[in-house]
Formats: sequence, structure tokens, C-alpha cells
Amino acid sequence: MEAQAADRIRVIVAKVGLDGHDRGVKVVARTLRDAGMDVIYTGLHRTPEEIVEAAVQEDVDVIGVSILSGAHMTVFPKIVAGLRQRGADDILVVGGGVIPDDDVVKLKEAGVKELMLQDTPPDAIVAMIRRIVAERGPR
Amino acid sequence: MAYVPSLELVPGVLRREPRPIARLLTRAENGTAEARAALDALFAKAGRAHVVGITGVPGSGKSTLVARLAAQLRARDRTVAIVAIDPSSPFSGGSILGDRIRMGDLGGDPGVFVRSMATRGSLGGLARGTLEAVDVLDAAGYDIVIIETVGVGQDEVDVARAAHTTVVVSAPGLGDDVQAIKAGVLEIADVHVVSKCDRADANRTIAELKNMLAMGLSMADGKERWHPPVVPTSALKAEGVDAVIDAIDDHRAALERTGEIVARQATIAQRRLLRASEDILRDRFERERHGAIAGLLEELAARRTSPHSAAVRLLEAIRLGGNP
Repeated sequence: MEAQAADRIRVIVAKVGLDGHDRGVKVVARTLRDAGMDVIYTGLHRTPEEIVEAAVQEDVDVIGVSILSGAHMTVFPKIVAGLRQRGADDILVVGGGVIPDDDVVKLKEAGVKELMLQDTPPDAIVAMIRRIVAERGPR
Repeated sequence: MAYVPSLELVPGVLRREPRPIARLLTRAENGTAEARAALDALFAKAGRAHVVGITGVPGSGKSTLVARLAAQLRARDRTVAIVAIDPSSPFSGGSILGDRIRMGDLGGDPGVFVRSMATRGSLGGLARGTLEAVDVLDAAGYDIVIIETVGVGQDEVDVARAAHTTVVVSAPGLGDDVQAIKAGVLEIADVHVVSKCDRADANRTIAELKNMLAMGLSMADGKERWHPPVVPTSALKAEGVDAVIDAIDDHRAALERTGEIVARQATIAQRRLLRASEDILRDRFERERHGAIAGLLEELAARRTSPHSAAVRLLEAIRLGGNP
């Protein structure tokens, strides 16, 4: 069945673990809202398990994790694995923050769909999310 | 998960599996036509849950109260589902749904299901698809379904026509607002909660509410009537939540005892019929705005017909269209 015009992209934006820098995630949330998406913000200090649980209940298209703590090599694989375990790997995982280039390659191999680092223009984030949701197709 | 037809999701919903529930909630929210039969099937299975509406002005502490209620209901071994509503942007149609921020501690418990919904232009405090979402969660077997409305102003009282028990949350320090909403939202309360009672000025809010209620009592007509209690709570001190649950249970028992539950169900049925009719009309309107209805709109814009006459013709046209 084709997606209806009323289908709105749903995104969870999340902060995980000991990372209190939430200015960036709030700017992204606002940007996505202004692009007409429903954005669920989970607040600070969530665990990967909580994010997976929330993403399943909220039936989001995309999980966006903002991470500036350096724990990305732990956090992202846990979220990807959690989704697979729940049979929810149609939920796309993206991220942003401060992540070394080598790690970006490894994380994408591990199943993270897209990573956008500092200095990414807001419009690029919107375009990226629209693109990966369209590529995944209706579900 | 590839596209699963809605009717195939129904057995999973009845087994209370999160993914089928979540997927059907999305389709209910989107008004997906394909989901109609599945939602109808679940409506037929629903009707067991106690539906509790929680409303109040923005910042009064609704989300915090809901999170505490859910934790406490779980401690009493009752399952709970929450539909939490936040506003959509009138400009972009997008939203930021922040009710989960207060509900972090509920994660990982299969006896709790939390879903955020955006109003999408719907007035009255509820979102489009809220009532269908309640059906899905009710049919899934959750004992209590809580609807947390958007932060309301004076007149958003729809939740009272959707819930068995309506809880209105008031916070201290909003004295003028209490005055302002005396003729509106406060009247629909079956249970009053005064939040933030660790604050010194909370007693004044409690007293004002009790005074308002006492005025109503003097006009009682002798029949057994439910007297809405005023329950003080403090999330900071973790106080009062048990008393809120007891008050909700007392209210449910009173509804059953007095037979008032039948009248409530009738009110809910009326509201749902009207709301569903509005949805059908709105869908048709959106779909045919540039098609069949365009001529009518042109006439109206040029003032060659009146809004009322045009509406009558519109409804006529839809009826002739064979729907319903």
C-alpha cells in the first residue's frame, strides 16, 4: 500500500548516558519540528535499552542520538542490537555529535544508517531523514 | 518489518505485543483507511479498561503526575497504558512531544505502554485518533488507560467526554488562572489534584478549590452525588499519589453503584459518533478540496452562496456519494 499524504515522519531524539550537553539535540528537535515532523524528545541520561523501548512504543521511523561524551562506540551498537532483538530493525538509527572519522566508518558498518557531525547545516539533517525514510519505504 | 496489513496486527494487539500495538496506533493517528476494519474489530473487544483523563493548565504537573501514577499502579500490580498529547505547530504541522521526559523511570516494564500524540490541529485538548488509540490499548488488556491532554486553557473539556474519570491538576501560584478557569475546566473534574504541595502557597489553592466545590454542594438536589475530592500531591516529596489512585477507584465504584456509569457511556458514545462523523467529513473535504468541492468553494468565495447553504449542499453531495 502506498503511504498516505497524512503519514508524518516520527523521530525520537535522544541523549544517552552521562552526557548533559543538550543544546544541539534541542536545535535538531526544533529543526525537525519546523520541517513538519513529530519529534519525541526523551530527555537526558537515558539508557540504550530505554531508547529502544521508547522507539518501539512510539513506532518511530528514526532514532536520532546526539552524543558528545565519547561513548558512541558503546551506545550505538547497543541500540542497533536492541532493535534487532525486538525485530524492529526497520527503525533507522542516525547520530550526531563529536565522533572521530574512523569511528564513523566502523559505526556505519555496525548498522548506523547515517552520522552527521558538527557544522552540519540544519537543512541537511532534514533532507537526510526524509531521504532514508523514503528509501526504506512504507511499512 | 515490511508492510503488515492491519487486520493481521489484531491478534498481536490482543496478545499485548508492543510492535503491533504501536503500528496500529500510528495508523489510527494517521486516519489510514486500510486500518478501519482492524480498529473496528478492536473496538468490539474493548470496553474493559478504566479510562482516566488527566488535564490542567500547561506546567501544572500533568506529566509528572502521570508518571508517578503509572509507577504506583504497577506497584499495585495493575497494567497501565498512557496516551500523552502535546500540541502540533500551527505553522509546520510538526511537533515536539516531551511527555516522555518525565516518564524515563517506566522504561523496560512490559506492564506499561506510553505513546505520545500530537494534536494535529484538533481542538478540545485531545488529538485526532486519541479515542481509537484508547480502544487499541483497552483491547490489548491494559487495566487503566490514561489520557494526558495538552496543557489546556479555559474551555478544552473534551477529555471529560472521553474518560470515565477526569482528573484536573491545579498548581499553586496560578491564583489568577484558577479564577479564570472557574467556569470551564474545573467543572469537569471528578477528582481535583493540587500539585507541588511542597510549596507554601499550596494551601491557598486547596482552600480556593474547596470553597468553589462547597458552593456547588449547597445547590445539591438530594440525590446521591459524587463529591470531587481535592487531593494534594508533591512529586518532590513523593506524596499523595496513592491517595489519587484511591480517589480514582472510589469514583469508579461510585459510578457503578449509582448507575451513573451508564450515563457516562452514553455521553462517550454521543461524543464519539459526532467526532467520527467530523473525521469522515474532514477527510472527504481535504481529499476533494481541489476536485468536486472546488466549484462550491469558488461560489462561496465570490459570495454567490452562503456558508450555511454551501455546507448543506456539501453534506448532500457526500450522502449521494454513498458514504455512509
